[in-house]
Amino acid sequence: MERKILLLAGSAGGFSVILNILKALERPIQIPVIVIVHRNPKYASSIEDTLSKALLQKIKTADDKEAIADGTIYFAPAGYHLLIEPDYSFSLDISEPVQYSRPSIDVTFESAAEVYKENCTAILFSGANQDGAEGLLMIKKYGGSTFVQDPLDAEVPIMPKAAIELNAQDKILTIAEIKDYIMQLT
Amino acid sequence: MVELSNKIAAMITFEELEEIIDIIKNLHGYDVSGYTRSSLKRRVTRIMELNKLDLVELKSKLINQPGFSTYLLQEITVNVTEMFRDPEFYKALKNDVFPYLATYPHIKLWSAGCSTGEEVYSLAILLKEAGLYQRSFIYGTDINTKVLEKAKRGIYSLAKVKDYSENFIKTDPKSSLSEYYTAMYNAATINNSLKKNVLFSQHSLVSDRVFNEFQLITCRNVLIYFDTNLQEKVLDLFYNSLCHLGFLCLGSKESLINYKNAAKFKVVNKKHNIYQKIG
Repeated sequence: MERKILLLAGSAGGFSVILNILKALERPIQIPVIVIVHRNPKYASSIEDTLSKALLQKIKTADDKEAIADGTIYFAPAGYHLLIEPDYSFSLDISEPVQYSRPSIDVTFESAAEVYKENCTAILFSGANQDGAEGLLMIKKYGGSTFVQDPLDAEVPIMPKAAIELNAQDKILTIAEIKDYIMQLT
Repeated sequence: MVELSNKIAAMITFEELEEIIDIIKNLHGYDVSGYTRSSLKRRVTRIMELNKLDLVELKSKLINQPGFSTYLLQEITVNVTEMFRDPEFYKALKNDVFPYLATYPHIKLWSAGCSTGEEVYSLAILLKEAGLYQRSFIYGTDINTKVLEKAKRGIYSLAKVKDYSENFIKTDPKSSLSEYYTAMYNAATINNSLKKNVLFSQHSLVSDRVFNEFQLITCRNVLIYFDTNLQEKVLDLFYNSLCHLGFLCLGSKESLINYKNAAKFKVVNKKHNIYQKIG
């Protein structure tokens, strides 16, 4: 069976939308999900802990060299880039921030693109910089499915707009449409 | 139309990366086959972007241009570091480990993968504050000789050092970081007294062996760039380089969880991944 992956990413205004969608799920998502959000390592949160109580499925911070498992939601750790290895495991990287961000969405998207090819789906949400746009384009180039949150719908439209400028998306979706899309993966 | 960025022009596949790894190994004797592929691919792609090379040109330079492989090797290692990165770790070191170290007449420490030296000088300052520096000796090693030159000079950007001061304050120090460097224009030069008991030298965690016996080894945010096999091999090297009851300090996302000899270590501080060799 081909391995699949769903990537959800955003920064300002995107994190809460992602959390609300995950919290509203009535059944677990079958395939692995990776959430990449910009957050300050100084306040490295216990959001995973809080969320795991509210959710029906396993949710955790991605560990170095951890094998990616179905039915699990992984968060990129604060302060590290999260990469995906060809053997479907994670590796961490603490090199320079990309687009002023570590974790950077571009970094995870770009590494997922070749590993998962057409089985990679990525959704880019609201955010305050251009991180994620080039990575999304890379996923599209490798045959994956790419979506961006409608900038009109986004609290901070810079991030989805940057992706649209590169024509990195297959489709622009409203929050409601994104919810429906994710729901059918459960 | 979509305009393809530099990044996408410089794209290589994992298969092409293997060819580059082979060339570096066969022609130049550097073995990076134990490095994590996705990270290595990013670094190689970045070098291609910087030098505006496609894959054919990169391979040609590796084969024909003297010195290019050394340049490539220097650029693919990650050299991002700072003084007192993770101040809570340094606090734990001071509180949980230094009391043990104080019982030794001579303390040998090894900072493995020390890059430009910030961690080595952080250790030196911490030891000085604890009154242990006079009987300590710190070895800082890295595979990259270029960063070691910078480490030896001990000159850092003043703006960065001011950020490091904030880290330092969080370790509950006795003094201010400014007591340990001299500021001139935009540069901060580490005091000579901190360089006295420090030696920087080249050492490859991939191919070099035990070179001394240590009371403490720090290797933080290096193992994440290695695959599990190489991680195991390097942890063996550390195990064999530690004295009985010596300490091993790993990065905040690195642990001994998957190490076959984990039972030969006691967890001293779980949150900050500080271990003590007991077996």
